[in-house]
Amino acid sequence: MQWETVIGLEIHAQLATKSKIFSGASTAYGAEPNTQACAVDLGLPGVLPVLNQQVLRMAVKFGLAIDAEIAAYSVFARKNYFYPDLPKGYQISQMDDPIVGIGHMDIEVNGETRRVGVTRAHLEEDAGKSLHEDFHGLTGIDLNRAGTPLLEIVSEPDMRSAKEAVAYMRKIHELVQYLDICDGNMQEGSFRCDANVSVRPVVQEEYGTRTELKNINSFKFVEKAINIEVERQIDIIEAGGRIVQETRLYDADKNETRSMRSKEEANDYRYFPDPDLLPVYISDELRSEVKAELPELPQLKRARFIADYKLDAETAGILSSSKELANYFESLVKESACDAKICSNWVTGDLIAALNRQGLQIDQSPVSYQRLARLLQRIADNTISGKIAKQVFEAMWSSEDSADSIIEAQGLKQITDSGAIEALIDQIIADNPGQVEQYLSGKDKVFGFFVGQTMKASQGKANPGEVNKVLKSKLKR
Amino acid sequence: MTLTADDVNKIAYLARLGIDAQDTESYARDLSGMLELVAQMSTIDTDNVAPMAHPLDQAQRLRPDQVTETCQREVFQAIAPQVEAGLFLVPKVIE
Amino acid sequence: MYTKTIAQLAKGLQAGEYSSLELTQSYLARIKQHHSLNSFITVTEDLAIASAKQADAMLATGNVPLLTGVPIAHKDIFCTQGIKTSCGSKMLDNFIAPYNATVVEKFNAAGAVTLGKLNMDEFAMGSSNETSFYGNVQNPWAANTVPGGSSGGSAAAVAARLIPGATGTDTGGSIRQPAALCGITGLKATYGRVSRYGMIAYASSLDQGGPMTQTAEDAALMLQAMAGFDPKDSTSVDCEVPDYSTGLNNSLVGLKIGLPKEFFDAALNSDMAASIEAAVNEYKKMGAEIIEVSMPNLKLAIPAYYVIAPAECSANLSRMDGVRFGHRCANPANLNDLYIRSRGEGFGAEVKRRILVGTYALSEGYYDAYYIKAQKIRRLISDDFKQALEQVDVIMGPVSPTPAFGIGEKTSDPIEMYLADIYTIAINMAGLPAMSIPAGFIDNKPVGLQIIGNYFAEAKLLNVAHQYQQITDWHQQTPTSFE
Repeated sequence: MQWETVIGLEIHAQLATKSKIFSGASTAYGAEPNTQACAVDLGLPGVLPVLNQQVLRMAVKFGLAIDAEIAAYSVFARKNYFYPDLPKGYQISQMDDPIVGIGHMDIEVNGETRRVGVTRAHLEEDAGKSLHEDFHGLTGIDLNRAGTPLLEIVSEPDMRSAKEAVAYMRKIHELVQYLDICDGNMQEGSFRCDANVSVRPVVQEEYGTRTELKNINSFKFVEKAINIEVERQIDIIEAGGRIVQETRLYDADKNETRSMRSKEEANDYRYFPDPDLLPVYISDELRSEVKAELPELPQLKRARFIADYKLDAETAGILSSSKELANYFESLVKESACDAKICSNWVTGDLIAALNRQGLQIDQSPVSYQRLARLLQRIADNTISGKIAKQVFEAMWSSEDSADSIIEAQGLKQITDSGAIEALIDQIIADNPGQVEQYLSGKDKVFGFFVGQTMKASQGKANPGEVNKVLKSKLKR
Repeated sequence: MTLTADDVNKIAYLARLGIDAQDTESYARDLSGMLELVAQMSTIDTDNVAPMAHPLDQAQRLRPDQVTETCQREVFQAIAPQVEAGLFLVPKVIE
Repeated sequence: MYTKTIAQLAKGLQAGEYSSLELTQSYLARIKQHHSLNSFITVTEDLAIASAKQADAMLATGNVPLLTGVPIAHKDIFCTQGIKTSCGSKMLDNFIAPYNATVVEKFNAAGAVTLGKLNMDEFAMGSSNETSFYGNVQNPWAANTVPGGSSGGSAAAVAARLIPGATGTDTGGSIRQPAALCGITGLKATYGRVSRYGMIAYASSLDQGGPMTQTAEDAALMLQAMAGFDPKDSTSVDCEVPDYSTGLNNSLVGLKIGLPKEFFDAALNSDMAASIEAAVNEYKKMGAEIIEVSMPNLKLAIPAYYVIAPAECSANLSRMDGVRFGHRCANPANLNDLYIRSRGEGFGAEVKRRILVGTYALSEGYYDAYYIKAQKIRRLISDDFKQALEQVDVIMGPVSPTPAFGIGEKTSDPIEMYLADIYTIAINMAGLPAMSIPAGFIDNKPVGLQIIGNYFAEAKLLNVAHQYQQITDWHQQTPTSFE
């Protein structure tokens, strides 16, 4: 039997606000337990929620970026369940009237573009954390995270493979960072995802029974978790069994999914409009205000890079994958006035490699675009060769010195004086009569030997063009 | 609508509300009485009426995104039943 | 001294006729003397004396806030920093609030001296104060009858002159009905007029605070301190607070009073009907015009209320889970045991009934039939009032179908108790302001007249109430055992 996988994702993106969604407590990560949980976050008696305006703007921003309908009228609802990391016994979320309605996101898989539908995106408050280290057999509850704003982005079941799911998740990840609404830090849980997975025979139209994989916190695990779950489901069906609709947890250590019975018990959430909060009205003014703040989105930026800078699709994709990287590249082109192709080679090559080696982000680069621009100019004006430039770049990386001062200090200037090069070449020809004979008798390959020798003799500083020219004239057959 | 003792137990579990076994029947009776009272609502047609969640037709006010709270952990945990190392303690949570 | 009104006391304090300390000590002595009334859950004697001394120091400097040195007490639903705030429940018997309710802050800022926290029905659920964990409160007019509820402690304490004024809250009549049953003046403000921050929620879309006093003039003074926009409450309304005292003496000539015919049907006790008619006649004499209005959907107010209020309370009370504050059961075997037993032990029967009904009404498959339906009816009721208030300035009627009933008389049948709130509940559904003022006696038990006004028309209500109190003395009667 041929099976088709059907996947829908629910992505939770923590919104990068200073304070919580309904209180004035800080959202900063990593504080001592319960030091950032105020009376509202703790759900103490009598306290009340008031909505953070930034949260609303961020949701609208996201909605506009995925071409979604923005609700003119939106309502917060209470989702009722008991859990120790949920202080009020209900989570303030949205049910019937979410801020963001139907939108979409295009993804590229195997060179093809596919459109994934976004059903909705709504605002809600995050829960706290249960710490399972042993406190005499008890669990410790830290409510610092309780009340952190979340945007839950729900997709249509439009993805047909784990690869597509990862591509979609990456796209959303890239977008929320572009929009400056989420820091995208997956280790800290700022960006996480639940996956709804089912399988069906390719000929079948209706969906199979789905399971929900909870809280997957890396791209790698999303792919692995979905693949292992798909295998499990196919095995069960092929053995004549049935899939049970349930919530499952992915165990990365064992690479398996297992049933989370604790989440299954009470799934009657009794949603109803939160009477402590009034309806949110999103005016046309707010919408156009936020629209005006929208940055150029990755998709458009990529197309522009291809058109304006004549980059290939892959390079343009890499450079537009983060706003900071794209800005670096464009600033470099402008500052250096060098060919965009050369700039892109340097950024996607040496620069990214050096950053990756030290685990740095582009905005932490020790070599600013201004410094790199000087270096590229020295290549363009033939002061140094591309090869020597790499050496200079390494020196710049570990010092504050400019390209020029490094070139000067290390005596790396190219030898372009043809007289000096001729002298070197005359010596090499005199020292290697055998190779001269071989070349003259038709062995073209030997020409490379002479180039190599000349560069070696000049310690790499001879201008390669000039070397070629002189060699050609001296070794005329 | 008449509720049985079994219904009461199910609802009580959803609300995590302990009810003594010997009281279940009387809760079932009282709740059935309340639902009977509530059932009078069906005597009127409300098809074209919009639900009203708030007495005043007002919009949600928005708060500037500012940190206004300082740490009051000691004060808050002074009234907590069981704390250790700044954490609220509960019986083991099994996932 | 104890029969004096807040207005008189404030004047006396500012004139130096007596000190706040003297006043405070004399009221504290009365509270002690009439301990058996059970109107207080907590008496904060030391704090009261300390703040009375502070008030005296301020009074000596002159130019002080209006209520400086005036003793008051708060319903135990308002959070008071460092003081037990029980909400009448075992669940919060050990809850020392870490913050003040906005209302409490406002009274502190106005210079009032807080003598303690007043008894109430558990989590404000009840009409007789019999659901309190701290026992029932006696009605000062007849010890074997109830003071009404849920602000029963507030009403009894003011009626017995243990305190010149108190705060109350009203979700379905909880200020007005006990005010009526105890023969005092009570005002429930327009929803959104008084901050709900720090006022422990029963039903968030219906709850509203207000003053409970001897006179309308005093209610104006207390409301002046309580009312106003609070950025910490999303449902608080940002509109100007008028001076509630300046219009008290406005003439009522030409005032249009609406009498809903549905208020005077067969269910109303005939003696009660006669008392209300007599009161309305006094208004006629003052030049008011009486107009019959209709509230066709009034009868559905109680059924709809018993969906909306329980639904909201079922969620509001979920935070009482034994984890961060409040009652925790001994030796929980596991997490569910912790929840189930802590909540099972902490809540009384009436609270449990309402949580259960609310949980049921919101559960899958019933939500539309119960909750949405109730909200639709809420709109119909609200529209009835809006239409009536287009024709008239105020609406009048009874507060309660009967005067105070016997302790234990209605506890066996919760439904019968609910039905007695027929005249008050609809007003909360609409969010309108309303008052209860003393309007006579039936068999030596007080009767209340209800005055309902338009949104934010508290000043008009107070004017209408004050004018009646200029020509009647029902509000000045003190129960014999407390003279």
